Amino acid sequence: MNIGQLLGMDPGWISVVKGVLVFVICVLLTLFAIWAERRIVARMQMRVGPNRVGKFGLLQSLADGVKLALKEDIIPKAADRIVFVIAPVISATTCFMSFAVMPMTGKVSLFGHKTALQLTDIPVGVLYVLAIASVGVYGIVLAGWSSGSTYPLLGGLRSSAQVISYEVAMGLSLVAVFMYAGSMSTQDIIAAQAHGWYAVILFPSFVIYTIAMVGETNRAPFDLAEAEGELVGGFHTEYSSLKFALFFLAEYVNIMGVSALATTLFLGGYHALPGLGFTENWLGGWFTLVWFLAKVLTFFFVFIWLRGTLPRMRYDQFMKFGWKVLIPTSLVWIMVGSTFHLLKIHNASRIAIVGFGLGVFLLIMGALTITELSAKRAKARQAEGAENELPPPTFPVPSITRSEFING
Amino acid sequence: MAENENLEQRPEAGLTGLSKAESESAPITEQVASGFFKQLQGFWVTFMTMFKKVNTVEYPFKKEPTAERFHGRHQLNRHPDGLEKCIGCELCAWACPADAIYVEGGTNTPEAQYSPGERYGKVYQINYLRCIFCGLCIEACPTRALTMTNEFELADNGRAKLIFEKEDLLAPLRQGMLAAPHPMYPGSTDTTYYRGEVPGSHPSQETSSNA
Repeated sequence: MNIGQLLGMDPGWISVVKGVLVFVICVLLTLFAIWAERRIVARMQMRVGPNRVGKFGLLQSLADGVKLALKEDIIPKAADRIVFVIAPVISATTCFMSFAVMPMTGKVSLFGHKTALQLTDIPVGVLYVLAIASVGVYGIVLAGWSSGSTYPLLGGLRSSAQVISYEVAMGLSLVAVFMYAGSMSTQDIIAAQAHGWYAVILFPSFVIYTIAMVGETNRAPFDLAEAEGELVGGFHTEYSSLKFALFFLAEYVNIMGVSALATTLFLGGYHALPGLGFTENWLGGWFTLVWFLAKVLTFFFVFIWLRGTLPRMRYDQFMKFGWKVLIPTSLVWIMVGSTFHLLKIHNASRIAIVGFGLGVFLLIMGALTITELSAKRAKARQAEGAENELPPPTFPVPSITRSEFING
Repeated sequence: MAENENLEQRPEAGLTGLSKAESESAPITEQVASGFFKQLQGFWVTFMTMFKKVNTVEYPFKKEPTAERFHGRHQLNRHPDGLEKCIGCELCAWACPADAIYVEGGTNTPEAQYSPGERYGKVYQINYLRCIFCGLCIEACPTRALTMTNEFELADNGRAKLIFEKEDLLAPLRQGMLAAPHPMYPGSTDTTYYRGEVPGSHPSQETSSNA
């Protein structure tokens, strides 16, 4: 009996228990993640980070949470009260919902019941995650809109544009996974990776997904929605107390969510690293949770690392990167990947596969060379023309700023 | 001398900075393309920094000595026999840009000799709510009476507590020093004191001050 069928036989109370368990894991992971992020970023900047509350400062986020809860809850006069209250709730609930289909363990026994730590396994599981993530954007948009203030509005607009455009790239990067696994169910995708992780087989998809997931979660270097220097706090400028805490929680659970999805789709989910399969039976199967968390936290470390290394991108560069680089690249990759897949399914000869690969490689290289050459030629022409072709000014005008210097 | 060297180097540094900026005025796209591996280099830098020693000083628990010439609390120094160096001239008060020092001079008498010569500082107050620790008072002092210590833990919970009186600022009595007032070293003048020719307290100073 596979895990999907096993999950279908869960009695109601087990589902409730698992729901609570998933919620608790998410919240604890968030508290730990905030602490870890602050400590690690601090180390990257040669600081110590929070180390006062509890051992190694581990209780710092808990203390901050309590402090936030005790703060005055302000609703601005200009705010749309109902939407203003609903927005953080949308953010916080949707981020937890995506965890419903995340497989966290293999087969385990929970209170004597044989099951797996996953609320449900639906045939369109990953699609469901994408859908929920899209709903989550509403939290940010509505927060920005309902605050009745300029900065939140701009921040909300930015982040909605950002999340929507990076969701396209994200969705496209997953297409190859769906094709290779032949399913959208998280369990099936994990099972399909038994002979090789998709992070290796579908490396371009993996790279695109990793970039898109950073954009999707509004994290540095793509944290334009809350660019402190430009927009104060972005969409949550007007929020305080528990409502602000909810946004904070949502951000980190979202990070965990996309990391968990990346783990599931590309790193073989809760399975052990290749060659360490025997560990999956330790603790009655519960050791798989350790593997799952280890992979998720590795992704989280990358998030922190990015934040500690890269400066924030400019908004237009960011959108240009999403629409003009990520999406075309993933489209081309889908074509190439699907052709490979078809060739394999139809038992094409090895020569045909290698030939096709070589052909694609040459085509891409040729296209790159041509664009580069033409760009160079255009530049040379422009440099020539700058002296000869500009008409002499008839009366004093401000100097013309050539666009090449403004915009890359 | 070191300051002069710095001044000479500054224009040069500015020039190199300018020429560097000019050389990097290429369109942004090219920089991104060629800077891709530089970006990766950045990741290496942050990663390795994690294993470096942190700069943080866990201050109230671990106290590190300040820089040698740190500007801390002031001190009113004494001559080797314990007479005060301060002559009550108020130059420090006049030099102070924050108006933090208040000095009232007094006249030394044979019965009560506080400092060599005619005058001494009768009242000497420094208001640490105003002091900016610039050290101009120290530069102004003609007798080296006023110097600064490295002590920086000056926080307190009352305004009055942060106005330091003369007795708070006076240097502690060292070996051979006697608390003023007491007569000057026999056979000495204020000039010999100023030149540092007074070796320490003289037995006669003790007896007469006790008398």
